[in-house]
Amino acid sequence: MKILVAISNVPDTTTKIAFSDNDTKFSTQGVQFIINPYDEWYALVRALELKEAGKATGVTLFHVGLVDSEATIRKGLALGADDAVRVNAESPDSFFVAEQIAKYAKENAYDLILVGKETINYNGSSVGGMIGGLLDFPFVSLATKLDVNGNTATVEHDVDGGIQVVECATPLVISCSKGMAEQRIPNMRGIMAARTKPITVVEATTDAPLTNIKSFALTAGRTTCKYIDANNVEELVSLLHNEAKVI
Amino acid sequence: MSVLVYIEIAKGKVKKASLEATNYAAQIATQLGTWVTAIAFNADAAQAEEIGKAGAKKVLVVKGDQYKNNDAVYLSAAIEQAAKAEGAKVIITSFDVTGKSLAPILSAKLKAGLVAGAVDYPTVNGNVLEVKKNVFSGKATAIYTINSDVKIISLMPNSFPVKLSDNKAEITDFAVDLGGITSKIVIKETKSTDTAGMIPLPEAELVVSAGRGLKGPENWGIIEDLAKAIGATTACSRPVADMHWRPHHEHVGQTGIAIRPNLYIAIGISGAIQHLAGVNGSKTIVVINTDKEAPFFKSADYGIIGDAFEVVPKLTEAIKKLKANN
Repeated sequence: MKILVAISNVPDTTTKIAFSDNDTKFSTQGVQFIINPYDEWYALVRALELKEAGKATGVTLFHVGLVDSEATIRKGLALGADDAVRVNAESPDSFFVAEQIAKYAKENAYDLILVGKETINYNGSSVGGMIGGLLDFPFVSLATKLDVNGNTATVEHDVDGGIQVVECATPLVISCSKGMAEQRIPNMRGIMAARTKPITVVEATTDAPLTNIKSFALTAGRTTCKYIDANNVEELVSLLHNEAKVI
Repeated sequence: MSVLVYIEIAKGKVKKASLEATNYAAQIATQLGTWVTAIAFNADAAQAEEIGKAGAKKVLVVKGDQYKNNDAVYLSAAIEQAAKAEGAKVIITSFDVTGKSLAPILSAKLKAGLVAGAVDYPTVNGNVLEVKKNVFSGKATAIYTINSDVKIISLMPNSFPVKLSDNKAEITDFAVDLGGITSKIVIKETKSTDTAGMIPLPEAELVVSAGRGLKGPENWGIIEDLAKAIGATTACSRPVADMHWRPHHEHVGQTGIAIRPNLYIAIGISGAIQHLAGVNGSKTIVVINTDKEAPFFKSADYGIIGDAFEVVPKLTEAIKKLKANN
C-alpha cells in the first residue's frame, strides 16, 4: 500500500495578511510558512500511523511550489515521510495542482492519495475531488477516521447532519479533516534524518490554469462594538430584535 | 446556453442553499441573456414547483435510487449529461457538503474552471467571469477570473437571498444513461449528529458558542438553555473541543469549521485569530466575556463585559420574554 500525501505551503495561522504589487500578490515579508494544518495533522500523521502499523509500505509527500517551499517539505520529512516530490511551479489554481498530483499518482501507482480538507490560505476544498475526477478514482471527502485492511479502506466522514461510515477498495482519494489523527512534534532524530531524505524535483505539465486571481482585498473589520451593561440584558435583546433584526 | 443549477432535496424539502443557488443562477442568467435550468433528483411536483418560483425556467427531474445517497459519482455523471443537453456554460452548486465533492469532480470532468465558495455575484467580462470568494480563512477576499469555456461556481451558504416569485417552470423528466457506472463506495452505516432538534451547525443561522470561560463541561447547561430559547445551535472554541468538554463537530475556527450565521453569540471565548477565522463571516457577533481586554470585543457588534454565569441566564429569560410577547 503506497500512500501519497499532498501538502501545501501556507502562512502560519497567526499571520497578519498583507498584499503587494497593487493588491495582486500575497506579501511574504516576514511571514512564517508551515505545512497546511489539515495536510499535516490529519493526512500526513494518519499515513504515518498506517505505516507504523505495517499497513502501508511507504509515505511520499507531494508538493507544488518553488524552491522556497523546501524548508516546509523538510518538516514533513522530519515527521517521518520517506521521500518527497516537488513540482517546480507556483500553484495559482486548484485544477493545476490536482493535475500535477493526478499525473504523478497514476504514473507511480499510488493506492491512497490523501489531501487535507482545504488549505487555510485559499479554502477551496477542491483539489481532492479534482484528483478523483481526473483519475476516475473514488473520492471520499471530509474524512474524520481512516483505517485500511489489505486493499480496502474504511472511512468515516461528514455528511449532511451526520457521519457516514464507508468502505472502498483502493485506489482512492480522501480529503482529511479533524479527528483523523493528532498533531505530532518532530523529534531530533526525525529532523536529522530529514536532511538526507530525497526531494525529487519534477517539471510541471504545460496546461494553462483554468482560473487566476485578479486581485486581493482585506476584509473590512467590524467598526465599533456597542457595549451593553451586564445588568441590562433586555437592551441587548431589544437591539438584536429591532436593530440587528436577527431574532 | 442556459445556466444549470444543481438542486438538493433533504428531509423532503428543497434545501435553502439550493434555493439560494437558483436565485443566484437567475441573476447570472439575466446578465448573460439566458435562462436557468435546474436539475433535481427524485423531486416531486411540489418541490419542482418551488424551484420554479426561485427562478428556474426549466426543471429537469432525474429519477433513480442511485441518487438517494448524494454519491457524487452518479450526480456528476447526470449533471454532465444535462449540461451537454442544455448547452450550459455555467453550472451553480452550493459550497456545502455535497457541493464540496460534486463541484470539483465536475470541474475535472468538464475541464471547467471552478470558484468554490463565492460570496458575490460575478462580473461578466466578455467570455470571462470574475467571481469573489473568501481567502486566508476569511481575513481577505480575492477576485478570481474563470477563463475556461464552461465555468462552475459553488456558493458560500447563507450569503445570498432567497426570493420566490410566481414563476412557473417547465418541469420535465430527464433520462440519464449511467451506462453501467457503479460507485465503488459502499455505505456501511450512517449516524446522525443532529442534537435534540438543533439545525446542523454548517446551516445554522443562529449560533450560541462558548469556550474556556465556562470553566468546565458541567456548566454548559446555561449555554444549552440559551440556545434552546433562541432556537440556536451550540458551538464551541478549539480548546474546549480538544479537552472533550464538547463534541468535535461543535468546534468552529480555522482548524474546525467556518460558519456564517446571522447571529453568533460568543460566551467566555477570548477571540484568538484562529477562532475569528471560523466566525468572522457572521452577520452579527455578540461577545460576552468578563475580561474587557478580550480581543474578541474588537470583532464584535455588541458586547457585554460580565460574568457569563450571571449574564447568560438573564439573557435566556429576556429572550423568552421577547418570544412570548411577539
